[in-house]
Amino acid sequence: MNDLSSWAKINIIREKDRPTIKDYIHLMFDMYYEFHGDRYFGDDLAITGGIAKLDGMPVTIISNVKGKNIEENKQSNFGMAHPEGYRKALRLAKQAEKFKRPIICFIDTPGAFCGVEAEQRGQGEAIARNIMSFFNLKTPIISVVLGEGGSGGALALGVCDRLAMLENTVYSVISPRGCATILWKDPSKEKKAADIMKITAEDLISFKIADNIIKESFGGAHKDPEKTACNLKEYLNKTISELLEKDIETLLINRYNKFRKIGEFFEDKSSL
Amino acid sequence: MLDDFFNSIKSRIDYDNKSKPVKGKKNRKMAIPPDLLFKCPRCQELTFMDEFEKNQKVCIECNYHSRLSSKERINMIIDEGTFIEYDEYLSSKNPLNFPDYDKKIEQAKLTSSENDAVKTGEGEIFSKLSVIIIMESNFMMGSMGSVVGEKISRAFENAIEKKLSVVLFSASGGARMQEGIISLMQMAKTSAAVSKHNDAGLLYISVMTDPTTGGVTASFASLGDIIIAEPKILIGFAGRRVIEGTIKQKLPDDFQTAEFMLEHGFVDMIVDRVNMKNTLYNILDLHDFSEDTDEGKLNNE
Ligand SMILES: [Zn+2]
Repeated sequence: MNDLSSWAKINIIREKDRPTIKDYIHLMFDMYYEFHGDRYFGDDLAITGGIAKLDGMPVTIISNVKGKNIEENKQSNFGMAHPEGYRKALRLAKQAEKFKRPIICFIDTPGAFCGVEAEQRGQGEAIARNIMSFFNLKTPIISVVLGEGGSGGALALGVCDRLAMLENTVYSVISPRGCATILWKDPSKEKKAADIMKITAEDLISFKIADNIIKESFGGAHKDPEKTACNLKEYLNKTISELLEKDIETLLINRYNKFRKIGEFFEDKSSL
Repeated sequence: MLDDFFNSIKSRIDYDNKSKPVKGKKNRKMAIPPDLLFKCPRCQELTFMDEFEKNQKVCIECNYHSRLSSKERINMIIDEGTFIEYDEYLSSKNPLNFPDYDKKIEQAKLTSSENDAVKTGEGEIFSKLSVIIIMESNFMMGSMGSVVGEKISRAFENAIEKKLSVVLFSASGGARMQEGIISLMQMAKTSAAVSKHNDAGLLYISVMTDPTTGGVTASFASLGDIIIAEPKILIGFAGRRVIEGTIKQKLPDDFQTAEFMLEHGFVDMIVDRVNMKNTLYNILDLHDFSEDTDEGKLNNE
């Protein structure tokens, strides 16, 4: 565990040479065939997906894509997917189920894209469909937050049997900037908002939402991507073999219960 | 998601404040106290409150279906005396110790006379027993936190146990920011419960009412076997202001309306409030394979 503040962590994940999925694919998998398109509308480069080998074992990878420069970010829309991106993800997830491949989802997005065409093509429906369908996939699913996990756009790749977060990552319902705007009408107070919102890996472990924290190299993943990838790969190997030992029915019941128990409430008979 | 929602609400308020001269037959002198008048946020027309209420709170000029409290909705849809409420005392904690959240909840309890932003239970629609879920937009804009997530999940689980259909009226600005990541996870929790109900072969009718946005659109509201919307209401994922900020231009008035969603294929049908109960009954009846039907009785003999 590290004791950096939420804000310090956000600065680490915003480092311009922080490794993205493209780095990790090369560092962790023996091969990767990227598959394109949702078969309805088009191909969204904000999400990549396909088949790969993890130490010889076939797996399906689905990931948000962030770029490291303007060119790359233009292509991947800064990691903000349109409905066809989520529908591609679901298509590939169902393919994985058919061929009994474990699914690894990598989350690295500020959120789903907000735009006219996204609304016309059903951004809400696409996310909802993924969330519901992932609960029924008869194959192990692991989700790993690589950078930021933003709202419904992250959850569309976030229904899983195990949720892991790299050490300095955050996962939240709204960006600290958005939260500061609502609370104090001042987006520049995002640092203060970041602390209030409880969005770090430690916070999510304490809420029993995340299951594991994966160590980054000292100072952040960008300092030594290979070391970070090595930790990540070790985690994936260990967790996939754990999950493969369970029968599918148990796996699905556990997946349901993992999310079913999230929430804090009490019976208040005094108020009404 | 929540900032989207706040922006969309703000845009409506701005819209409201853009006062337009009252015209035509409704041009009445302005000595009338404002709470005796309804000003339509869609067409800006003023109507006397009693006329508006007699019309089931539907704008007489443009057919905009304005918001109802969960109690009003129950009176309109459920046979008198048949509603049995579930989990009415479930109440939110403050899991993040979020500043002023406790105060906000207390305030919302006072203004809405509800414990949180959803009412669940079972009741009869022309004698068809169903599980009923009605979101309460008067309670923190119907935002979804732990209580909303839990009550909806329990309601679907009850429906599975009793082999009942679910009729859900959504009205929400999205996730409840004050519960942070826990509120986001309610999208997963409720969708999982919908999925189980679906696997049990049971019917789920989602009725979208004003406003259905953000995390609710991106979870259970979009997952009905049949999706109905009330006319002219707001349905969308992202807030209007956020999108306008991105594209740097004004959006057309009909963007993200029920009619827009119908045209783009995300709503099965638009139903006027006056026909809602009948429509729900007919659909429930069409899906009724329970043993107390005549056919069921025959098979049992
Ligand atoms: Zn009107």
